[in-house]
Amino acid sequence: MSDALLSAAHLSVALSGRPVLHDLSLSLRRGHLVALVGPNGAGKTTLLRALAGLIEAQGEIGIGGDLLSALPLRERARRFGYLPQGHLVHWPLPVRDVVALGRFPHGATDPAWLSPRDAEAVARAMAATELEPFADRPATELSGGERSRVALARVLAVEAPVLLADEPTASLDPRYQLDVMQTLRRAADAGTLVIVVTHDLGLAARFADTVLVMADGRLAAQGTPAQALSDEVMRRVFRVTTYRANYQDSGVILPWSGV
Amino acid sequence: MTRNGPSARGATVTFALALLVALLAIASLGVGPVRLSPLTVVQALVGYGDEIQQIIVQQIRLPRAILAVAIGGILGLSGAALQGLLRNPLASPSLFGAPQSAAFGAVLMIALGFADVRSYALPVAGIAMAFVSVFALLAVAGRNASLLLLILAGLAISSLAGAATALVMNLSHNPFATLEIAFWLLGSLEDRSFRHVALALPFIAAGAVLLFSQRAAFRALSLGEETAQSLGVDVARLRLIVIIGTALGVGGAVSVSGTIGFIGLVAPHLVRPLIGHDPARVLLPSALAGAALLLAADIAVRLIPSTTDIKVGVLTSIIGVPFFLYLIVRERRALGGGVA
Repeated sequence: MSDALLSAAHLSVALSGRPVLHDLSLSLRRGHLVALVGPNGAGKTTLLRALAGLIEAQGEIGIGGDLLSALPLRERARRFGYLPQGHLVHWPLPVRDVVALGRFPHGATDPAWLSPRDAEAVARAMAATELEPFADRPATELSGGERSRVALARVLAVEAPVLLADEPTASLDPRYQLDVMQTLRRAADAGTLVIVVTHDLGLAARFADTVLVMADGRLAAQGTPAQALSDEVMRRVFRVTTYRANYQDSGVILPWSGV
Repeated sequence: MTRNGPSARGATVTFALALLVALLAIASLGVGPVRLSPLTVVQALVGYGDEIQQIIVQQIRLPRAILAVAIGGILGLSGAALQGLLRNPLASPSLFGAPQSAAFGAVLMIALGFADVRSYALPVAGIAMAFVSVFALLAVAGRNASLLLLILAGLAISSLAGAATALVMNLSHNPFATLEIAFWLLGSLEDRSFRHVALALPFIAAGAVLLFSQRAAFRALSLGEETAQSLGVDVARLRLIVIIGTALGVGGAVSVSGTIGFIGLVAPHLVRPLIGHDPARVLLPSALAGAALLLAADIAVRLIPSTTDIKVGVLTSIIGVPFFLYLIVRERRALGGGVA
């Protein structure tokens, strides 16, 4: 694809000598929400880290026409917003200051001194996640759902062309899961390439344009949710049968029983 | 610019702490066998008044006050920096074994008879051993070591340095040397001269500059190492710089003062309620609080009536250890959750 924003060619990663990704190639466009799914240990998080340049990888990664390996750390940070699992904030910093750390790659290293441009980006991210009422509360004192919104706002504030999110809906109640996915969907609709690791195939089918199915460090399938999560793939990769339905013009996929 | 509330409060607190340090320094110059009023001290400092008083203030007490400010400052600063790096409010310089190793280096010099406690060989050996301990730490834990590994390696190295110090004293044939070592280990600023200042200060200053230069990275590190890295922070390099800065500063400090504990742990905790938990904004006030603490402790040991001199390192530990225990109780729940 010539209009690819993010591409990987022959990507291989070994962690402490153990191969985790094998010769993986992909090409992804801006404005897409991509769900990265697969069984535990398939290499989803490793792929996300490799794409963001956080771990050493063999092969080439292209981002917006540049080779990732040729970009300095600060420039990489401007191109990838990365949301790891866990949403940890180690000090009781006010929510606004945590979100403002998203502007760190843009040179705003002190939340007390934001340029108008950085302040606007922070305000947009806080608005997108409805965090304004929490702005002055210590991030460590919020509930799990509220903390996940802070983490999401922080990564949105980067306003990077690519947003990588590792299980942003894990351990959230259904309403928060939907809120997070809807926020990411809006970011994609605004032109961001959003890649979400998730175990929730229902959410993947509902919100994603493209689903990448990983198994044993390789891409087992990719395409629209209906293509990538076919009965055959569900059986072979996830070892489950699938319940399918249509609701409000949207495909519903529900893992039904083990095979 | 959107907001200046916290930074304005930070500036006020920093100014107040700087003023406190200045006042305590003047008090420190006035305290001793010859009590001098603050006015007399200021006059003597600028070269007026009685000649003997000028000598007392400028040559006997000034180096001691300068060292208290510099050593207290670097201990407070490196404590805040290590707490920022490890994202753990229980971290302190002794966690990496640098002070204990520096003490061993200096003790070895005393025992081998190369140096008495006023010799140049002492600081040089102390700084060298602080460096050795840091490089050993990196070699044992590996370049991209987890913080848990660093803490364990630091614990092992500080234990080894303590054991080596004990061995030196154990084997020493010279009871005077052993006594000298024992007293030196307690930590003191007595009888320090400008020679000590000249030797320790460049290292302390270099360490302080290195630690301060990383302040923004500590803030990004609040979100964990992986996120900090994704924000453009070279975490492995940051760790190296903080460790080198700590070795320089603490190694230089310990070698002229002996081991003065717990200032690095206590100082950041004193300033956080005043200026918040931002690990970058805590650095400078922590250094000032450390300087104020050591000045105050060094004044106190001269005021407490006793038959022999109480060493300032003893006083800081007597106050610092219960504080450490209190912190452990307060952080117990968070610590039970695993190593961050």
